[in-house]
Amino acid sequence: MSPEFIIKRFFYLLVTAIIVSMIVFAVTQLLPANAATMILGEYATEEALLALNAKLGLDQPAWVQYWQWFSGVLQGDFGISLRTGQAVGPVILSAFGNSAILAVFSLVLVSLISIPLGVIAASRRGRPLDLGVSLISYLGVSMPEFVLATLLLAWLASPAIALFPASGYVPFATDPLAALHHITLPVLTLTIVLTAHVSRMVRSEMVDTLESDFVRAARLRGVPKRRILFKHALRNSMLPAITVIALDIGYLIGGVIVVEEVFSFPGVGRQLILAIQNRDLPMLQAGALLMAVTYAVANLLADLAYALLDKRIQFK
Amino acid sequence: MNSTRRTLTALTKTPQGAIGLLLCFLLLALTLAGPELAPKDPEEFHFTARFAAPSTEFLLGTDWYGRDLLSRVMAGSRSTILLALLATVIGTVAGALIGIFSGYIGGRVDDLIMRVTDAVMAIPSLLFALLILSVLGSSSFNAVIAIGIAFTPGMARIARSVTLQVRGSDYVSAAQARGEGTSWIMFAEILPNVIAPVIVEATIRVAFAVMTLATLSFLGLGAQPPSPEWGLMIAEGRAHMFRSPWPILVPGIAIALVAIAFNLLGDGLRDALNPQASS
Repeated sequence: MSPEFIIKRFFYLLVTAIIVSMIVFAVTQLLPANAATMILGEYATEEALLALNAKLGLDQPAWVQYWQWFSGVLQGDFGISLRTGQAVGPVILSAFGNSAILAVFSLVLVSLISIPLGVIAASRRGRPLDLGVSLISYLGVSMPEFVLATLLLAWLASPAIALFPASGYVPFATDPLAALHHITLPVLTLTIVLTAHVSRMVRSEMVDTLESDFVRAARLRGVPKRRILFKHALRNSMLPAITVIALDIGYLIGGVIVVEEVFSFPGVGRQLILAIQNRDLPMLQAGALLMAVTYAVANLLADLAYALLDKRIQFK
Repeated sequence: MNSTRRTLTALTKTPQGAIGLLLCFLLLALTLAGPELAPKDPEEFHFTARFAAPSTEFLLGTDWYGRDLLSRVMAGSRSTILLALLATVIGTVAGALIGIFSGYIGGRVDDLIMRVTDAVMAIPSLLFALLILSVLGSSSFNAVIAIGIAFTPGMARIARSVTLQVRGSDYVSAAQARGEGTSWIMFAEILPNVIAPVIVEATIRVAFAVMTLATLSFLGLGAQPPSPEWGLMIAEGRAHMFRSPWPILVPGIAIALVAIAFNLLGDGLRDALNPQASS
């Protein structure tokens, strides 16, 4: 992997982030009511609105407003929440930390479960185990997160069973065990849905790899089956698996939004939904930008991992 | 017409395709006839039978007002399945037109359109739909538009890549030499090539559209009460979920069933149209 490749890819990331920030800003600019109307209410006088517009800089051209917002964001200033009157930055960053806990736990579990599952299914192609895995993963990809989350909640958090708390969050710093207890159901939901996606893809990649010439050659040389599976074929299927997991991060982000809402978990997704319901522009912009940039960074990391692992690829 | 029949025959030969086709056909028939076939009035309260489990009178049980869940799910199939189909059609048509135009015109215009689709695809699709809904306001119809717009860039990519493959072919050059107009070439020469791959993608997207539409309604940004939209039914059922699981289980299974049907049909279609890509 050449330094130029890393620099070029990093440059792409910057361009994507800037365009995404423009889209996020443009979308919120199109909102029917502006910030001044929201602060003063529907029945504000014309003069009061004009005065507040001037004070907030809303009478300036759109690109000036964009620049003011964007230069603030670069310095970590995301503006003031219209709903609570607090600074958006600290609120959204602490929410981001909470969401990251959910996402990282889920991603690690998904990688640990779905890759072996896909490999085993592919090696027993057409047998009952493979059909079982395929059937369950079909069910998993067809089940929206909110349905699975609500069903798990109604079952495992019901007063009769009460295995897990129905909602809320405990910081890891105060009580790690209680924290784990609280994130179990959200992480379980995300893991089940993503495992269904990823193991399907890993299986179909493995099926292709197991039919390739070098695996047949290894088999003819008399290499033990287990060794072929885990040494030769798995290593080759790791690359597509990384791509699949990276592609599914966009899906994971959507899942995180939904799961946080179902379990009242204080993350970016919940802040985002609250912001949309209350038309809290600065919070909406900050949450959307943070999520979109996270997605872009995840894609960058996947590309770099791909380039590191596959010596054949020479990115120019 | 002949090729359509050949595709259908190939489709019914794979197990996914046959089951998917049958399920989709049944579901569509149920959707179109739904409200008329419903055994009870979906809005009628039966206060003596609140939270009833499935029985011969209420086949799938009742909710907290004693409304018949089977009738409500059947009535809600229109606002879920038909609207999801509409959202997919909007995204597919817009994407195909943009993709063909971009690929055929080429040059700077193509570069610009592709940069914009790249940027839009860099936003997770549920997040993008949420952003659009925050502008348009919450309603079923706006949710349909939001999903349609979120689907457009992916479709445009597919249509463009097919267009680039056929742009240099002899029959396109022949049409250009005959002096045919740009729009005639785009619609009569290129569009027929784009249809097959776009339809496969669209079929798989219907499952996504159903799930996303229900998700948006669940979040309170799509259908509004008292609509029997499935996602909204689950959102309302949450308040009573520890008393009875049926009000969330029934619409939940309905959503999964529709998504499975379209996923199966999409996979079957892909195998039928592109045999070497099957696994």
